[in-house]
Amino acid sequence: MTSSLTTVAYLGATILFILSLGGLSNPETSRRGNLYGIVGMTIAVLATVLGPRVAAAGIPWIIAAMVAGGAIGLYAARTVQMTQMPELVALMHSLVGLAACLVGFASYVDTSIQYTGAEKAIHEIEIYVGILIGAVTFSGSVIAFGKLSGKIGGKPMLLPGRHWLNLIGLLVVIWYGREFVMAPTVQAGMTPLIVMTVISLLFGIHMVMAIGGADMPVVVSMLNSYSGWAAAATGFMLSNDLLIVVGALVGSSGAILSYIMCRAMNRNFISVIAGGFGTGGGAPAAASGSQPAGEVTAVSAVETAELLRESKNVIIVPGYGMAVAQAQHTVFEITKHLREKGVNVRFGIHPVAGRMPGHMNVLLAEAKVPYDIVLEMDEINEDFPDTDVAMVIGANDIVNPAAQDDPASPIAGMPVLEVWKAKTSIVMKRSMASGYAGVDNPLFYKENNRMLFGDAKKMLDEVLVALKS
Amino acid sequence: MSLVIGVPKETAAGEKRVATVPEVVEKLIKLGFAVAVQSGAGEAANCGDDAYRAAGAEVIDGAAALWAKADIVFKVRAPSAEEVGLMREGMTLTSFIWPAQNPELMQQLAAKKVTVLAIDSLPRTLSRAQKMDALTSQAGVAGYRAVIEAANAFGRFFNGQITAAGKVPPAKVFIAGAGVAGLAAIGTAAGLGAIVRANDTRAEVADQVVSLGGEFVKVDYEEEGSGGGGYAKVMSEGFQQAQREMYARQAREVDIIITTALIPGKPAPRLITAEMVKSMKPGSVIVDMAAEQGGNCELTEPGHAVVKHGVTIIGYTDLVGRLAKQSSTLYATNLFRLTEELCKTKDGLINVNMDDDAIRGLTVIKDGAVTWPPPAPKQAAAAPAAAKPVAAAPAAKGHGHGASEPMAGSTLAIISVVAAGLFWLIGAYAPASFLGHFTVFVLACFVGYMVIWNVTPSLHTPLMSVTNAISSIIAIGALVQIAPPIEAGAAGRPDELIRWMAVVGIGLTCINMFGGFAVTRRMLAMFRK
Repeated sequence: MTSSLTTVAYLGATILFILSLGGLSNPETSRRGNLYGIVGMTIAVLATVLGPRVAAAGIPWIIAAMVAGGAIGLYAARTVQMTQMPELVALMHSLVGLAACLVGFASYVDTSIQYTGAEKAIHEIEIYVGILIGAVTFSGSVIAFGKLSGKIGGKPMLLPGRHWLNLIGLLVVIWYGREFVMAPTVQAGMTPLIVMTVISLLFGIHMVMAIGGADMPVVVSMLNSYSGWAAAATGFMLSNDLLIVVGALVGSSGAILSYIMCRAMNRNFISVIAGGFGTGGGAPAAASGSQPAGEVTAVSAVETAELLRESKNVIIVPGYGMAVAQAQHTVFEITKHLREKGVNVRFGIHPVAGRMPGHMNVLLAEAKVPYDIVLEMDEINEDFPDTDVAMVIGANDIVNPAAQDDPASPIAGMPVLEVWKAKTSIVMKRSMASGYAGVDNPLFYKENNRMLFGDAKKMLDEVLVALKS
Repeated sequence: MSLVIGVPKETAAGEKRVATVPEVVEKLIKLGFAVAVQSGAGEAANCGDDAYRAAGAEVIDGAAALWAKADIVFKVRAPSAEEVGLMREGMTLTSFIWPAQNPELMQQLAAKKVTVLAIDSLPRTLSRAQKMDALTSQAGVAGYRAVIEAANAFGRFFNGQITAAGKVPPAKVFIAGAGVAGLAAIGTAAGLGAIVRANDTRAEVADQVVSLGGEFVKVDYEEEGSGGGGYAKVMSEGFQQAQREMYARQAREVDIIITTALIPGKPAPRLITAEMVKSMKPGSVIVDMAAEQGGNCELTEPGHAVVKHGVTIIGYTDLVGRLAKQSSTLYATNLFRLTEELCKTKDGLINVNMDDDAIRGLTVIKDGAVTWPPPAPKQAAAAPAAAKPVAAAPAAKGHGHGASEPMAGSTLAIISVVAAGLFWLIGAYAPASFLGHFTVFVLACFVGYMVIWNVTPSLHTPLMSVTNAISSIIAIGALVQIAPPIEAGAAGRPDELIRWMAVVGIGLTCINMFGGFAVTRRMLAMFRK
């Protein structure tokens, strides 16, 4: 295959990747979108392997590596639970980061292509930046994986003077970058490169450690973005336009997702990354002295079933608690039962419900809930006043009226699902503990609110039994 | 020691309602109160003494004995002079009072050193107060009954029918004033199958009229008629002229007119003149719900149904009482909700908390001191400010919003300058080959930006996993390193090392590539209609 043919194949692959992302605009076309992605990737890999840059001697190695990696990947994809998707995605980001580092190092020690003058400097800067982004992505994703899977505590770790630490790290990285570009030989450049890599790894760890559980959707989408930028940087390093384009696509995708998540929490991106929110230390909330007053009314599963049976319009608001309890299948059973009885059951999804963008949608889809009754916050918020029962399953901050009523609340201004406007709202929770934002929820004390305490799965099972009897 | 709630028999002539019903008595007792009901109080509303006894109330003969026993009295109508005479210092009275219209009564009550909660003075715009709003609940009953009275007096069907005996046109109903009573009338008449038109000086109720199945008839004159607190105000002469013309036109066309126009503290506006009545078809019906305040129709005789110029004009002032059981139940529930607010501790004692906007509003006399009219509710000032950001936030969201919100001019200028500076730097120093890649990179960012905004939020997780799979394109970087063509291999290239690094790189990215696409497929297959 000639070099021109390879380039044309790359162009075709690029178009297929863009179509693939475009296909996700609608569940109908999304399956085809994924297919475009697979075809594009196949074309890109084949064109590279058969192209002029790979000698025949390398092909056995390539096949061995691909078979090994592919087998692991397919196994993981088959066995992963839908509730574990955030962990899997975070883990996969780390692999991209690690691969970017490896490619960067290999490219640096590779002397087969010689550069001179400005080109050499630019090439070396590209390597340096590529490894930097790759390393941050790698260590950050590993920590995110640990936090999401519960191997590391969800609470943010705040070192004293952490902003200064980051700033010093950045200055050291820039200083060694200068050293690196100035280095006369590969051996001399190795030291600055390794020092920078270590600092980047530490920076990635530190950054994600400082971010609280509630901000995880932002972190996951941000790491998604980084893995794209790492690919783009690698593309610059290797003068490969396909890598640049795909990296830019993935990078902007992740950036937009982060932006949407921040918007959904009414927070700005910088403050999320700077960390420290979702501490569970609701000190500012307590200090403002606006503790909600009133009494909490508890109900039993049987009474809940009674309420559901007598209603015409029901909106279910799921949160991370539903994912933890693996209750989505029971939720669907209840939904199915009520819909057969003519009750209009719909779902209201807050953009940051769960631990990654779109987490709840995937769980409900897994449980076979039809996607046309799963609505976004903006689509369904106006319908709450006409709703008889709004059932909140394992969510807290996203249904907190304080976001609208109490300007002193730490979550003030965050868009929330207005469940309290329904005739009755039922909140399923394990206890009265506050949500990840550490803010007390006045919803629980509202007169038309009922609390159903207990494990979501167990309670919903009881509700289902009561409904059927 | 729990307090005793006393419910006397209404003394006003023709009043059939009662201030509490047996169902509500049970709930009041659960709040910790004792309930005493005068014998025969609920007779006219189909609530016998036995029913009250069964619910746990004590039934007492004679008004005097009841007033002597009660600590809190629930009534419907404002108390008569005799009843005021029976009151004791420290008692609490809850009923309709109309303090603006009854200054003498207010003085008498104040002299008795009692606490008076006037259910008509509730701040109706507080959403929390809606459950206690007896004006609304009673007006709804009246509106329903007005249509029923009209149907009774009207000689034809309401709904159009095509029968073997011929075609029947539907009745046309015009409703003047779309307040609570008007809206209830619209809904009832539309439910019976009539063609319903309605008018109100407040333009904002047009949507409510339409939502109940009516048609909103506009007056051809620009003026906003909201008088605050959800009531209408007196309109200008020009507007009234245009309004009269519209009413005259409607009078000629419709079969039934129901008027509900009231302005607080003023006699009812004269909307229907004798001329208009004359122009109506014989057999038409007018129900004047404002009869008690003088009537919206010139020919109305309050309290009676009369036939004039062939048109039946119904001026009953007891429309609510004609559905005594229904209106009593609703009123009793309103009072129960109020009691809940007064007795949050559920111990049978009440606390008239003057810091609570709703309770402050309806407390017109507190321990003998007149507290009416209340100061403007403090929320009125804060509400528009609080409402604004809430309203702004949804407008700024939804998808495609990245582009929908125009940036401030100054921000845009700064960004442009910085971008121009960066581009100049790159153009001045970077070699040509880099610029080619840079062009591709910048354009790809824009393509990504445009494409991603179209992704539906429910597919954000598949989006992440597919972009993740696609980002394993980085494998190409490792692929080209594994074994470049021999002739390019310069001396000193650590082939072995690079090969192993590339093999590991390929392996890692393939986990991603295969795993990412497979898991995306698995997820997307689950999305179904």
